[in-house]
Amino acid sequence: MIVRLMTEGRYEVDDEVAKGLNDIDEQAGAAVERGDEAELGALLGRMANAVRTNGVRVPDDDTSASDAIIPPEDLTLDEARRLFADEGLIPDLPTP
Amino acid sequence: MAGLMSRASAIVKAKISKLLDRAENPAETLDYSYERQLELLQNVKRGIADVVTAKKRLQMQETQLQQSVVKLDAQARQALAAGREDLARQALERKSGLQQQLVDLDAQTKQLEEQQAKLEASSKALSAKVESFRTQKETIKAQYSAAEAQVKIGEAATGIGEEMADTGLAIQRAKDKTEQMQARASAIDELTASGALEDFTSDHTELDRQLSALASDQQVEDELAAMKKEIGTSGDGEPQKELKQ
Repeated sequence: MIVRLMTEGRYEVDDEVAKGLNDIDEQAGAAVERGDEAELGALLGRMANAVRTNGVRVPDDDTSASDAIIPPEDLTLDEARRLFADEGLIPDLPTP
Repeated sequence: MAGLMSRASAIVKAKISKLLDRAENPAETLDYSYERQLELLQNVKRGIADVVTAKKRLQMQETQLQQSVVKLDAQARQALAAGREDLARQALERKSGLQQQLVDLDAQTKQLEEQQAKLEASSKALSAKVESFRTQKETIKAQYSAAEAQVKIGEAATGIGEEMADTGLAIQRAKDKTEQMQARASAIDELTASGALEDFTSDHTELDRQLSALASDQQVEDELAAMKKEIGTSGDGEPQKELKQ
């Protein structure tokens, strides 16, 4: 499946890696809930590393959608709140 | 509770639907989305320029601080040679404070460099996708029936919309970081200007004044000694008599 490391790039990874990502992802969600920034950083870093090490870069001109999107590994708790809140850390796409 | 991947996907999807909702029909969706992509590309380029400007400012401050460190070091030596350990200590204390700031500045510059690299990668990825999208949109318009086109447009718009959302995030984060750095750079400038952070950029710090006073005392002594030598006195009592005569 295709995984996007946000603000970094996209990689194709196999099912085994994908399963591993899901496990770490659960813990990352819990770390955000607990407000544990160090743990969040460590878990996102592990996810990003697993993707980089085991994945194959998807060419830039491939316009398919990704199957999974992983937040940046240096995401702060404050940013996590903004990212997942309604107003969002991602600005609305430009409109005229 | 849910993991972060599903939440990130949901956020990205919401941004894409917001974008697509603006267009009224399939052909319009394609052109509208394409125009937005071009705008976003411009935004990334502006973002890169902003980061580069902020980085240059930090680098200028770094150069300034480095010069002050060299100067303070020389002053400490000068003070010590003149037997003023108190002044030498003062100079070294300031030097050590500045060196700490230099370490911070260096770390900040590196952070901005990372942001710049990320934006450049985003810009490259988005450009490539925009180019693909442009070709796809012409094919879709020319070759598909309305119903088929709807599906194809959805696919193309979702893929590129995801890239756009990601680029938007990269721009926003770089902007946040750049603003933080600029605020810190301004704070250093202000503290320097107000003298609160030791007026190390001025040519006349208190340390300078004391050292130059020391130097002029020394000069007077030296000149006196030279004059005495010229007149041929040794300065051990005898000359006073001669001078009185």
